[in-house]
Amino acid sequence: MSLNIEKNKELTTVYLSGEIDHHSAKFIRNEIDSVVTSLAPRELALDFSAGTFMDSSGIGLVMGRYKLINSLGGKLYVKNVSPGTEKIMKLAGLDLLAKISSKEM
Amino acid sequence: MKPINEMRLTFPSRSANEGFARMAVSAFIAALDPTVDELSDIKTAVSEAVTNCVVHGYKEGIGKIYIHAAIYDGGRIRIKIRDRGCGIPDIKLARTPLYSSLGEERAGLGFAVMESFMDKVYVRSKVGVGTTVTLCKTLNLKDNC
Ligand SMILES: Nc1ncnc2c1ncn2[C@@H]1O[C@H](COP(=O)(O)OP(=O)(O)OP(=O)(O)O)[C@@H](O)[C@H]1O
Ligand SMILES: [Mg+2]
Repeated sequence: MSLNIEKNKELTTVYLSGEIDHHSAKFIRNEIDSVVTSLAPRELALDFSAGTFMDSSGIGLVMGRYKLINSLGGKLYVKNVSPGTEKIMKLAGLDLLAKISSKEM
Repeated sequence: MKPINEMRLTFPSRSANEGFARMAVSAFIAALDPTVDELSDIKTAVSEAVTNCVVHGYKEGIGKIYIHAAIYDGGRIRIKIRDRGCGIPDIKLARTPLYSSLGEERAGLGFAVMESFMDKVYVRSKVGVGTTVTLCKTLNLKDNC
């Protein structure tokens, strides 16, 4: 698990890679939240193109970031999710909170 | 019914072992030549059950997690994941989608994910004794012609 954050007041993009589970979620959460709370971007995008695995801990992570950015008046985008990840996100109703786009093949 | 092949794993409930458990089970199942989707479904379900042992079963403490995986005729797989943790007082409530006894960042979707990715999910639990989750799935065996 590693992540790269492109900081921008208009659109901040978080590139997630590797396995997103309960073990890695805490680190990811802390990294994203410190940037988002200090910058308060208008839009936050979570890019899953380099993600290799995600379970419901990842859903909790996305929901938590939605709450944070929403409380700051910003919008959340979820990008480049794999079919497996999209299946779990829809199960959780995340598509009602954020715009989800699938991985381009 | 005797399994064609089986394996057992015991490991402490450290979160670093969540990834190890999924990899070990998928390596064991790989002999059946599952599809990418089947393997991903099983890995995700195992991850949910093991994470629940870590997060809920043993809470702040560390205890042992036991996995027994077995392969039967016709591509049938059964994976038992057990802890000797706190147990579940109300299994029906626990299995309700979006229910979580831990607020913060848990979606309450672990059981819903297991149910949607596996054919059958059985839960046995006793407060103060522990919890056993049994995951069953039949793989679509390809014809070896
Ligand atoms: N092994 C276990 N020991 C004790 N309680 C458990 C165990 N597994 C599940 N539970 C209980 O069942 C509830 C529902 O579990 P489920 O996996 O569906 O959701 P969650 O773990 O709370 O959230 P998520 O899995 O989405 O992160 C838990 O909140 C917990 O109260
Ligand atoms: Mg869970």
